[in-house]
Amino acid sequence: MAEITNTYVSEELYKKFGDAILSTDEPYGMLTVVVEVSSITSVVDWLKKHPVINAHFLTDICGTHFPQIPGKELCAIYHMQSMPNNYRIRLKCFVPITKPEVPSLTGLFPSANWMERETYDYYGIQFIGHPNLQRILNVDEMDYFPLRKEFPLEDGSRTDKDDKYFGR
Amino acid sequence: MSKEITIAEMPAGLEGPGFFATSLEKAIGLARANSIWPLPFATSCCGIEFMATMGSNYDLARFGSERISFSPRQADLLIVAGTIAKKMGPVLRQVYLQMAEPRWVISVGACASSGGIFDTYSVLQGIDKVIPVDVYVPGCPPRPEQILDGFMQIQELVKNESLRRRNSNEYKVMLGSYGIQ
Repeated sequence: MAEITNTYVSEELYKKFGDAILSTDEPYGMLTVVVEVSSITSVVDWLKKHPVINAHFLTDICGTHFPQIPGKELCAIYHMQSMPNNYRIRLKCFVPITKPEVPSLTGLFPSANWMERETYDYYGIQFIGHPNLQRILNVDEMDYFPLRKEFPLEDGSRTDKDDKYFGR
Repeated sequence: MSKEITIAEMPAGLEGPGFFATSLEKAIGLARANSIWPLPFATSCCGIEFMATMGSNYDLARFGSERISFSPRQADLLIVAGTIAKKMGPVLRQVYLQMAEPRWVISVGACASSGGIFDTYSVLQGIDKVIPVDVYVPGCPPRPEQILDGFMQIQELVKNESLRRRNSNEYKVMLGSYGIQ
């Protein structure tokens, strides 16, 4: 089997989806594709079912929060892998923090269920169509999304820490 | 190997030929202190140190705690060893509530005592936020000797505790401050 290259995959993606592919990049040799939110399901489905690329494994779903990019504060990131081809690809979907809605992949990959719940738990990204979008790791009573940058990492209830020993 | 056998020290009392008299409190304290049934609530690395404490090298059984209880209903001492996430807090509290009086709690390690290095949104900053604690063992993780020392401190508390303590108003107020009863 011929080795699959980033050039081949990105060309195929542009040929199939055209304007829905916003940009491509290769940080550390891994093809990273920024995809229009509305087409993410079809891109993932196409990569999964493509006879040559065959990216049949959804490795991970995670998020990022960059408050300095207006209109693209939140990002859902998908990692896919083709085990027969030893090939990995990363997809990104930027969404505004005012309307953080991304279609759910649970229809394509049952494993997306918990990963999307985790991403929702930490970043508040709403996965439209998810069967059970609720917190998975944090306490149910938590009323914020802890990995968003506006929330402090440290717990406010700590009493034994004296600020003067931490230079503040 | 030494053949010397140490037995628990006799409490203070009146002694004469054929009899020994002491207070009921002291006799019960002696019995309780040397037959504590611990319930290990081990969640992380401190739990590994506790396993060593139970094992033959350090041997918690020497202190009358051969019987590790994995049911809170038959346990006297709750040994909390390890990081307690906020999500685990209600579970820990439930375990404490299921224990019968008299009950004691020992907090093993920095995480259980104060949150330790995990000063973060997901970790309970010390188990004393949800249940009362009798003895804190510092260390990250503490060595088995330290855990044994903490255990011996508990034995001292048990030995000297007044039989009326658990009925006292002070005790009820203390529990009340944790929202228990």
